[in-house]
Amino acid sequence: MTESTRENAELLVEMKGIRKSFPGVQASDDVALVLRKGEVLALLGENGAGKSTLMNILAGLYRPDSGEIRIRGKLARIASPRDASALGVGMVHQNFMLVDSMTVAENVVLGIPKLPFVPNAARIRREILELSERYNLKVEPEAFVWQLSVGEQQRVEILKLLYRKAEILILDEPTAVLTPQESKELNAVVKLMQAEGKSAVFITHKMDEVMSFSDRVMVLRKGKVVAEKLTRDTDPRDLARLMVGREILFCIDKRPFEPKGLVLELSGVEALNERGLPALRGVDLRLRSGEILGIAGVAGNGQRELAETITGLRPTTAGAISINCVDSTNASPMSVIRRGVGHVPQDRVAVGVVGDMSVSDNLAMKAYRSAPLASGGVLRPKRFLELAKRMIEAFKIATPSPSTRTKFLSGGNIQKTILAREIEACSSLLIAVYPSRGLDIGATEAVRKELVAQRDAGLGVLLVSEDLEELAQVADTIAVMFEGRIMAVMPACDAEAERLGLLMSGAIPAEV
Amino acid sequence: MDLIASILTITLRAGTSLVYATVGETFTERSGILNLGLEGMMLMAAVSSFATVYYTGSLALALLVGAAVGAALAAVHAFLTTTMRANQVVSGLSITLFGTGFASFLGQRLGPESNSHRLVGLTADRFSPIAVPGLGDIPFLRAFFNQDLLTYGMYLLIPLAWFYLYRTRSGLWLRAVGEDPQTADAMGINVFRTKYLYTMLGGAFVGLGGAHLSLAYTPGWSENITGGRGWIVIALVIFSTWNPARAIWGALLFGGINAVQFRLQAAGTTIPAGILNMLPYVATIVVLVLITWWEALSKRVGAPASLGNAYMREEK
Ligand SMILES: Nc1ncnc2c1ncn2[C@@H]1O[C@H](COP(=O)(O)OP(=O)(O)O)[C@@H](O)[C@H]1O
Ligand SMILES: [Mg+2]
Repeated sequence: MTESTRENAELLVEMKGIRKSFPGVQASDDVALVLRKGEVLALLGENGAGKSTLMNILAGLYRPDSGEIRIRGKLARIASPRDASALGVGMVHQNFMLVDSMTVAENVVLGIPKLPFVPNAARIRREILELSERYNLKVEPEAFVWQLSVGEQQRVEILKLLYRKAEILILDEPTAVLTPQESKELNAVVKLMQAEGKSAVFITHKMDEVMSFSDRVMVLRKGKVVAEKLTRDTDPRDLARLMVGREILFCIDKRPFEPKGLVLELSGVEALNERGLPALRGVDLRLRSGEILGIAGVAGNGQRELAETITGLRPTTAGAISINCVDSTNASPMSVIRRGVGHVPQDRVAVGVVGDMSVSDNLAMKAYRSAPLASGGVLRPKRFLELAKRMIEAFKIATPSPSTRTKFLSGGNIQKTILAREIEACSSLLIAVYPSRGLDIGATEAVRKELVAQRDAGLGVLLVSEDLEELAQVADTIAVMFEGRIMAVMPACDAEAERLGLLMSGAIPAEV
Repeated sequence: MDLIASILTITLRAGTSLVYATVGETFTERSGILNLGLEGMMLMAAVSSFATVYYTGSLALALLVGAAVGAALAAVHAFLTTTMRANQVVSGLSITLFGTGFASFLGQRLGPESNSHRLVGLTADRFSPIAVPGLGDIPFLRAFFNQDLLTYGMYLLIPLAWFYLYRTRSGLWLRAVGEDPQTADAMGINVFRTKYLYTMLGGAFVGLGGAHLSLAYTPGWSENITGGRGWIVIALVIFSTWNPARAIWGALLFGGINAVQFRLQAAGTTIPAGILNMLPYVATIVVLVLITWWEALSKRVGAPASLGNAYMREEK
């Protein structure tokens, strides 16, 4: 289909006057959206702008407070996901909708009304393999979901849509958790489906994805549509400004690099992963105060284990770690915290915050033990609130109130909450693992600025990232990790993307 | 040989009510609902099915009443925990407290005037053992084929329940709801209806288990006729790892030790009766601890992941 016919093609989905509110927020505020046959619509907006809410309404998971939806011109009554599915709507949700303890095949057929009472496992297997062949989505139908990597799980999600022959695809940040390579594969599948005449709404924070295959762009801010444009009439800078309502700095001011005393030293550190296999193999690293040391590498090459061994969450099997020149090999997490180490963990929702507790309790979670938050072993709720108000202000955490349960915040604001707490409790070393993963441009900028500010204030910052742009922007020194080894350490100004890429993939041997 | 056959016969007979109830509770828990009301439900089913057979003489009707009473009490549990989102433990315990008390009350009121309105001590029709022609005489198999109709039903129930859970579409939907209701909902499965349906279906089987006690195993009504079986079943579900095919092992264990200690008592041992009576319960606890320990080591074969949690769409 050529572009001009696509612009005039049949209207597949029309949403009009959609409103939806949650306690304390208007998540959709009179939104209108159209999707034409064969078109890819990119839906942009900061975390919490209401993108997922709007799409959950179309997929039947949320009921709008008001508004109407037409599909293929007919008024659609979508009261449940089953109704949506019958109309050809399929959604890949922002968090995986897979039953961990079931197999890939079971997950693929789950909920299909037409499935025979006694399903034919061999036939389902064959059909799945055919699809995975055709779309180049490698999966093992008999594997259990819990055994799969994040990238493989995302493939299963796509297969679910294909198996149901969904015509209207909703992809909610499908690449946010994927490695660059996996994202590329997924994008290829989306293009293939588009070529077959399917239509898609694609939610993403990655500008290159928007520019490379969307036809149209719609930008949401605080539940309202703020812009709608043809992709060819816009550019990333324009879109970024529309999303956050202000100019985004693509580079961050830093003071000149003047490192001082050693804050962290690792020599020959080894550790095992959950399965008992070597995750760190003889890691040597040095980090000085006033320095940001970036750890580059494809996720899963020992970065998480590195952060956990330093913070005392994982035992080392060999080697030594010293923090501020004091030996802290296999020190307890508590004593590491006492040495002034802050940790922004990889999985912020699972181990970074307690979702069911308030923002103010989460903010106090490291400092609660001592004055001023506690006196004589008794907590002082008033002081909790004072601290929370101050931090919410300082870090611009968008929350209805300090007593809101943390799980109701958007990803970016949860990350800011963790960052605020860790920086507050941190006096020498800050460890941040993929701190901007899944965040929108505005929140990403805020997080990076904060890391640089802490470095300028004299902290040592260990930044684990797989985003080379991020590393180039903030790091002073870059170390590349591959299969638990440090492949090379170099000043950030000498790091060329191509060489980093080769080191990260193990294509050239270690240099240290 | 004869001794083994006779112990096995009693074992199966003693295990039947446990198997029905275990299969029932397994289905309920697979939908994510923990029903601790079993003890009360079994007692209520036992008393009402005995009263039915006493007055109507119809065993079929009595079974039906037993199943219906179980399902009705389970429906209350489903309503409280699913619609009203009450705590499942609290709701289940209330049903046990209510059922235990009310069954005892009915036992003192439903009887004929001649027995001063009490059901205790009365006799009525019962499910007696029927030997399967041809098979009932073979030495070892005799134990299996000299049983009442409900025990024969149990032989069918176990493979059917397993097949339903692991090989059919509905079984897949059910397992998904118990594991991950959010995903099941997003995939178009009606979570609400599933929870109601299987809580009540499970309740009906628990009711049949209770009916077996008063219609076949110890025919008639007596206070505390279940002897805590409702609680034992909750343990049996755990150590069958929520798989109906394994329900039989737990039931045989509990029923078997029961049978052995009866034998010992009948043979007049010097071991105090109190200790012997305790044995089946102690064995259940010990095996439960071992199984749980082993499960913790091997991970991932445990309880339905959402067991005990209420689910609401649009709730984060
Ligand atoms: N189920 C829910 N309960 C309460 N608040 C919610 C729920 N879902 C979304 N929200 C709130 O609605 C707003 C929009 O959220 P969402 O649609 O997830 O944003 P986006 O996908 O654009 O990041 C946020 O403030 C979020 O906290
Ligand atoms: Mg979202």
